[in-house]
Amino acid sequence: MRLSKPAKAVLAILSALTLVYIYTPIGVVLVNSFNASKNMSWPPSEFTLHWWQVATQSAGMLSALGTSILVATAASAIAVVLGTLLALAMSRYKFFGKQPVSLMVILPIALPGIVTGIALNNAFRTLLGVQLTIATLIVAHATFCIVTVYNNALARLNRMNRTMEEASADLGAGIWTTFRLVTLPQIASALVAGALLAFALSFDEIIVTTFTAGGGVETLPIWILNNMFRPGKAPVVDVVAVVVVLISVLPIYFAQRLTAQERSR
Amino acid sequence: VNKSPVSATLKGTEVSAPDSFAHRVSSRLYTNTKLRLRLLIATPLLWLSLVYVAALLALFVTAFWTMDSFTGEIRAEWNLDNFVQLFTNSLYQTVTLRTLGIALMVTIADILLALPIAFFMAKVASPRMRGILVISILMPLWASYLVKAYAWRSVLSNEGILQWLLRPLGLDTPGYSLVGAALTLGYIWLPYVILPIYTGLEKVPQNILEASSDLGAKTWSTLRLIVFPMLLPAIAAGSIFAFSLTMGDYITINIVGGATQMLGNLVYTNVGTANNLPMAAAIAMIPIAIMFIYLSVIRKTGALDNL
Repeated sequence: MRLSKPAKAVLAILSALTLVYIYTPIGVVLVNSFNASKNMSWPPSEFTLHWWQVATQSAGMLSALGTSILVATAASAIAVVLGTLLALAMSRYKFFGKQPVSLMVILPIALPGIVTGIALNNAFRTLLGVQLTIATLIVAHATFCIVTVYNNALARLNRMNRTMEEASADLGAGIWTTFRLVTLPQIASALVAGALLAFALSFDEIIVTTFTAGGGVETLPIWILNNMFRPGKAPVVDVVAVVVVLISVLPIYFAQRLTAQERSR
Repeated sequence: VNKSPVSATLKGTEVSAPDSFAHRVSSRLYTNTKLRLRLLIATPLLWLSLVYVAALLALFVTAFWTMDSFTGEIRAEWNLDNFVQLFTNSLYQTVTLRTLGIALMVTIADILLALPIAFFMAKVASPRMRGILVISILMPLWASYLVKAYAWRSVLSNEGILQWLLRPLGLDTPGYSLVGAALTLGYIWLPYVILPIYTGLEKVPQNILEASSDLGAKTWSTLRLIVFPMLLPAIAAGSIFAFSLTMGDYITINIVGGATQMLGNLVYTNVGTANNLPMAAAIAMIPIAIMFIYLSVIRKTGALDNL
């Protein structure tokens, strides 16, 4: 099959249009955050930095930002520990029930968010009889974040040269020393990439969050959801939306760079 | 590749006395592989099974319980009342069909939109261009789902960009409606469909395509007879995301769907306002069942090995 010039041109145009389609709505939000009009009217006739100023002074927004960062950091930290342990076990050992275990890690993210959300909500409230708080939210987020760390760590461990660990043991290093000085340095960048992905995943999650956060807990996505229907709030919500996109996309960019660097070495 | 970790080991190790406690633990672990595996896997396995699998099983069980409509307490009596409701009340049938319809429409539309750009990325673009395109599809995939839904609230609004673009053509924005929600959902899941199809196309070897044209096949016949059959598993893999994520959605519908309800909304109102967890659990079984049927149909194409 050899594509003719016109066929290639048509494909290029369709691809460009698809990219325009993908980026326009996000661009509209970015532009609207500087739009002087209060009701999202397009095209903007005047631009202002006023909404950015209002947003930085909104106490509710700032505390929601703090909550989101706290939840995402705690969930990623738990995910790093659990994901690394599991990846070590899965890459180094053969055992009965290995297949179900690998399915179990992916399940929280493969099933629709609403199923995960209601299952955890039901488990916390009915089964355990605990109140929904920021702690239940962190537990829920950590559960679906394990998979990102696990996947990154497993891929690295499977490509790693095991002879160095054997050499370390032969030279008299104990099991912990070998892990600290030989294994960990080799998987560290994969763990950082996994943690960054976990952070991004947790930071803007909304569906599981609405089912597992306590009444008084407001993350940034919940703040957006609570404010977007309020009259006159749209421009400030635009500002926060831009910030959320930045905070969730930047870690992805760095994680991507980390894994790309490793592959090209 | 790496700075010699071996010398690092020698420098950094303080060899513990042979009979110290730390040394005994270390050598015990070194010789006992089973114990080592158990220690590694215990915590993550306990977490996943206690927090998640137990929660899923409990959800299944709860669907067979009842809420006392008088006291609002959940009663652990086994019965099929919730499921009888699901099958007899026409509300649930309408909403299930609507959700299924939207999910199928969104999935098909996304596949059609994804094919040209995926093809361009895999077979036309230069390696450098390809890298840039992959990143520019990947970034919006990770950008907040909520923000993307919210963005469409601006796009679809009466004074929004869509109205501005359509007015010269004598058309109006669909506004916050079923159509608006379908457009938004199709938009949100598009990158999830493009990437697997692109990966699938990359795996189609160039020489097979050349052989096909050398043997006299026109471009269209090659696409239909060679590329499409090889690409089917990748298309199916991409469809899983669009389909599953639409089946379980309720936030997008709230934001841009107007008064439209999908299965997710029914689950949410039963958890929140009505506080009827057993009914919510029973309703949640519908998307789960549909997903299982969908996955078992799609498994035959080999899509699950393509994820």
